[in-house]
Amino acid sequence: MDEENNNSKIETKAADSSSGSYVTPANSTPVSEIPEQELYHAKSFWTRWVFCQDAKVIGVQYALTATAVGLIGLVLSWGMRLQLGFPETFSFLGPATYYQSVTMHGMIMVVYLLTALFLGGFGNYLIPLMVGARDMVFPYLNMVSFWMFLIAVLVLISSFFVPGGPTGAGWTLYPPQAILPGTPGSEMGIVLMLVSLSLFVIGFTMGGLNYVITILQARTRGMTLMRMPLTIWGIFTATVLALLAFPALFVACIMMTLDNLLGTSFFMPEIFTMGEQLGTTGGSPILFQHLFWFFGHPEVYIVALPAFGIVSDLISVHARKNIFGYRMMVWAIVIIGALSFVVWAHHMYVSGMNPYFGFFFATTTLIIAVPTAIKVYNWVLTLWRGNIHLTIPMLFSLGFIVTFVNGGITGLFLGNVIIDIPLSDTYFVVAHFHMVMGIAPLMVIFGAIYHWFPLISGRHLNQTLGKIHFWISFVGAYAIYFPMHYLGFIGVPRRYYEMYDSPYMTTGVGLNQFITVAALIVGFTQILFLYNIIHSAFYGEKSEKNPWKANSLEWHTPEMPPAHGNFGKDLPVVYRWPYDFSVPGIDREYIPQHVSPSEVPTAKVEKT
Amino acid sequence: MKKKEESFFKLITQKPWEASQAILDNEHDGKTLTDSKARLGVRTVMVVSTVIFSLFVVSYSDRMLVHDWRSLSEPWLLWVNTIMLILTSIVFHRTKILAEKNEIEKVKNSLLVVGFLTFAFITGQLLVWQHFVNLGQYASTNPANAFFYVLTALHGLHILGGLYFWARVTTQLFKENYNISKTKENIELCAMYWHFLLIVWFVLFGLMVST
Repeated sequence: MDEENNNSKIETKAADSSSGSYVTPANSTPVSEIPEQELYHAKSFWTRWVFCQDAKVIGVQYALTATAVGLIGLVLSWGMRLQLGFPETFSFLGPATYYQSVTMHGMIMVVYLLTALFLGGFGNYLIPLMVGARDMVFPYLNMVSFWMFLIAVLVLISSFFVPGGPTGAGWTLYPPQAILPGTPGSEMGIVLMLVSLSLFVIGFTMGGLNYVITILQARTRGMTLMRMPLTIWGIFTATVLALLAFPALFVACIMMTLDNLLGTSFFMPEIFTMGEQLGTTGGSPILFQHLFWFFGHPEVYIVALPAFGIVSDLISVHARKNIFGYRMMVWAIVIIGALSFVVWAHHMYVSGMNPYFGFFFATTTLIIAVPTAIKVYNWVLTLWRGNIHLTIPMLFSLGFIVTFVNGGITGLFLGNVIIDIPLSDTYFVVAHFHMVMGIAPLMVIFGAIYHWFPLISGRHLNQTLGKIHFWISFVGAYAIYFPMHYLGFIGVPRRYYEMYDSPYMTTGVGLNQFITVAALIVGFTQILFLYNIIHSAFYGEKSEKNPWKANSLEWHTPEMPPAHGNFGKDLPVVYRWPYDFSVPGIDREYIPQHVSPSEVPTAKVEKT
Repeated sequence: MKKKEESFFKLITQKPWEASQAILDNEHDGKTLTDSKARLGVRTVMVVSTVIFSLFVVSYSDRMLVHDWRSLSEPWLLWVNTIMLILTSIVFHRTKILAEKNEIEKVKNSLLVVGFLTFAFITGQLLVWQHFVNLGQYASTNPANAFFYVLTALHGLHILGGLYFWARVTTQLFKENYNISKTKENIELCAMYWHFLLIVWFVLFGLMVST
């Protein structure tokens, strides 16, 4: 259709609507071109709750598995903190166990908790509901994806029980040390870790296929890409990143497994160990670092982008205002995603690579700050003159903004080669990445759970416990990580089991003890949160439908919690984006996405 | 990928809140691309596999430069296998055309030929492995060997994965419980996947022969 013809058609339609003879689109909507999806109807307990093909159940399965393994990660961090804060009092952690705790804590939290929870958990639960689909496009594959994830988790956990224990190579698993004797877990632990990661990648690819194709192809009528909630945009872009980045981890895992088991020298240089020369020659440990970080940096955004998306929706709903600069938010997500593939070597400034290489990567790293800053400004401008309800999801969203800005700014410093080199491998780095990709995404996860719990269970979480949970977690996180920045400045290196009488530790001892106490308190608060979830799931206050008065489709299913097939007999038809809050000209405070223009004829177009 | 209407970049400049855009959007049927979901699924798998193989090629090129690299001399059997794989692709392409013409009996036969040739290829690859093992060329002997084993194994696994779907289509056809248009598409997708693996093999084999 040529441009002019198109325009005139729009004008005639617009004229129709203004003259009052508006044809309700509900009547004029042509029959859907997408045939209704055939759903698998579960017949027994097993197929309904265990080997289930319903994306909502799979989402919950993912979330529960991720949380369970995340609790192990949390307990490991307590062990580490007790060792660092009170090395004399608590001696149950030897150096080997300490390194194993560091490694397993890192890998569990980044891959098996955050990635699985955001994409597997929230992705599965929310994608079909939010785009108006009955289920994912490949439900069987989706089920297999979860079971692959579970097997990956079990393989990982089994490494705690093999001779030599889990690997203690650090979560980056750098060769050659990761597979040499002397590193804890170099016998079986490292192999199980690599196998587990490979399984995770295969399982994730199956899930990722589903997320991407469901979002692209299975949306309901009227749901254009630019009418999707930002949550879906975040999850979509993160999944694309994951599909392209995880292969690098997979490739690195395969080659290192072979180096370990068959004695190949992909990554192993000519090396002496315990006075004997190994058979390997010429391999390049740097190659592993490149592969690992080609996965590792996009991984940061695989975690961050869904968080960006979800928090945008939380802020918009709980401030009763449309998201400021929706298009720019989408562009920022896409640009950040694209840029995340050209910054990986900023993790390798001290690896001895060409300095000009570092200059290039410092530049790209700093460019990412631009779209990221746009997002932060837009969140703040959404709040500006909004009708802010200080609900718990809103509190967590505000906590996220502050924490993310904090961690982001230290990132600007670390992104510069000249500042990174002295700060490299100190507690400053630990503080930075915990703020930006630990605490900040967790704030969003918590906010999202408080927000969507009524949808999932039909009941509210306890508000008092929730407020306690927020304030202790928020203030506690700062009590933990602010002092760590200082420790980094005075030169305390990360990953050290004990500092003994190092000169900088005279000032660091008290700080370390303070951090440990804060970490224990924050940790136990998470147990309180889990208690809240379990208790409220059965005895919580019953929630009415759409308790937050949100517009997106997941709140407008015929039943709450949504039943199998999500939307009853007919799929909803979408007439607007999900951000029509406080629209001028009408007496309704919000207009859900499926409300047709004829039902709100006086609504004015809101400038954005 | 065939675009349904506009490019992705044009789509993300739409202003969904404007009345004129809303009228267009209300007519939107919710699909971004015209391809079926099965085709998109296979294509996505091909993209992910391409990334995996590309990263191996990059690693290969990087590792090759170190002084301890000793090139592998490829046996003639590898050329035979390559020809076998080319034949498989040709037969599969013909199968696809036959399926479009609804000549089901011929399709059945030629699917069996595809299966036979593919198994022959895999057996051939295993014989090459045996050949190298007999020569004492293990994976740990030299990085070139290691890459050879890894790349052929990974390529073989991809083919085995394809054979799983080949087996499903073939049994459906023989049991005669098929939906003709769906089966045609499945055959077409399998053929596409086989062509993809042929191209991957060309790249990998070319890399190994030329260095």
